Amino acid sequence: MNRDDFPMLASDIVYFDNGATTLKPTCVVDAMNRYYLEHTSNIHRGDYDAAIKTNQLYDGVRDIVGKFVHCDPECVVYTSGTTMSINMVVFGYMKKHLKAGDEVLLNKAEHASNVLPWLRLQEEIDIQVKFVPLNSDYELTLDNIKKSVSKKTKVISLAHVSNVLGDVRDIESIGQYCEENHILFHVDGAQSVPHMGVDFQKCKIDFLSFSGHKMCGPTGVGVLIGKKELLEEMDPILYGGGMNSFFEADSSYELKNVPIKFEAGTPPIAEVIGLGEAIQYLMSIGMDKIHNHEIKLKKYLLSKIEKIPNLIVYNRNTNSGIFAFNIDGVFAQDSSIYLNHYHIYVRAGNHCAKMLKDEIQIKNTVRVSMYFYNNYEDIDRLVEALANSEDIFKIVL
Amino acid sequence: MDSNLRREIILENYQEPVNRGLIDDDSYLKTNTNSESCIDNLDFMMKIEDGVVRDIRFDGEACAISTSATSIMIQKLLGKKIEDVKKILENYKRMVQEEDYDANILGELNVYDEIYQQPNRKNCALLPLVSIEKMLGEIEDESKN
Repeated sequence: MNRDDFPMLASDIVYFDNGATTLKPTCVVDAMNRYYLEHTSNIHRGDYDAAIKTNQLYDGVRDIVGKFVHCDPECVVYTSGTTMSINMVVFGYMKKHLKAGDEVLLNKAEHASNVLPWLRLQEEIDIQVKFVPLNSDYELTLDNIKKSVSKKTKVISLAHVSNVLGDVRDIESIGQYCEENHILFHVDGAQSVPHMGVDFQKCKIDFLSFSGHKMCGPTGVGVLIGKKELLEEMDPILYGGGMNSFFEADSSYELKNVPIKFEAGTPPIAEVIGLGEAIQYLMSIGMDKIHNHEIKLKKYLLSKIEKIPNLIVYNRNTNSGIFAFNIDGVFAQDSSIYLNHYHIYVRAGNHCAKMLKDEIQIKNTVRVSMYFYNNYEDIDRLVEALANSEDIFKIVL
Repeated sequence: MDSNLRREIILENYQEPVNRGLIDDDSYLKTNTNSESCIDNLDFMMKIEDGVVRDIRFDGEACAISTSATSIMIQKLLGKKIEDVKKILENYKRMVQEEDYDANILGELNVYDEIYQQPNRKNCALLPLVSIEKMLGEIEDESKN
């Protein structure tokens, strides 16, 4: 659907690398261009017309995000992306509030951005990072989480949808459980917020992180949402202009309120405006419609590949548009180079989830990640290429 | 080179590479090359005695180009003196980077003489070279000390 909105689709490509980044619709690029060509100005300090317009657009995106994921717009912090959002939570909040021996529960399917900050904090203040085992389908269940929780567990941090296998974690039940047990709950929404409705309040999330560029928005911008009282307690990791009320030669200073205290320096203004446009664009299509479309495509793909004998599929049952596989006997990178020959863009590798190999016993996979602009014809082209892969080395060598 | 022959040599060395599998022997130099631009990850070990390469072994996961280049390079370097090894490596690097080189001393390594046409695969072809250079660097560091 909506293929005409994406100029890149006019060329003869099948874009299946949406888990890495998505294509950009014209409306998003136009919104950013208008800022650059018609009302360039900095935010929060100009009194002229262009600056007033920019302010309205920039701050207005908080309201759009609030409607999109059901949260208080004042709790929407602009960041450079999911990685920065998580680092802010870990080093701005957790470092201040956790103490030696406190446990943080992760799992081995997590992306580097939700592992390394915690490992670093473990080195710095001696918290304990623990990994909840995955079940036989490599999924993270509430039951396994409960078994891993101890009296020392203070935080559970997980991706709503894992970026390699695409399993959807039941964040509503997990959030409920965390609230009842006074455990802080951080959700990495990078792979879910672009693809399905996410409700910050209903899922009782404490911190939610996501990126703009994986949801039709520009690179360089993302969001951190936190509960108001937590954000008030959280320290900025960047200090400078725009985020302070005053500072004096006697070393006194005061920071502005949430969320502005987290946005030091000139922020990515065009990108924030582009993100707002992207979210409105997604909402105009409807998140349920997007999710259902991806599920339909994945089912269609699974039915079509039944007859291909040499495919190893790792995530038949997961409820998202991510399909992870290998061609038997072929290194994942060779498979992706082969598919590129047919202008089919996929991703090969460990997808930054370098510990997942402990669970699935394979380091590298080929990942097809779909979005609403993919269609049955895209799947047919992929299936045809995979069905004829006996010629793979004639093509890649 | 005829493209069928080229493919045949690469494929043979990919599917049945020589000296795959590491051994437990402390007299070998060792290194790991975790390619930064892609997902190849190979461990290497090399034995040098009296200035001559006696053995090179490897193991790990890598694409067809990295694996085959490793296999072909091992065959090319076994029994060679270090100064000849350096000459081969230098000319191989020049070939991959599309500079002037001496094709006569590269033997089957010439199958990669068009790899520069695929920029994202240059690093794959250079992976065994980088690993062997790293291990040779260790000997030089030791002799300086």
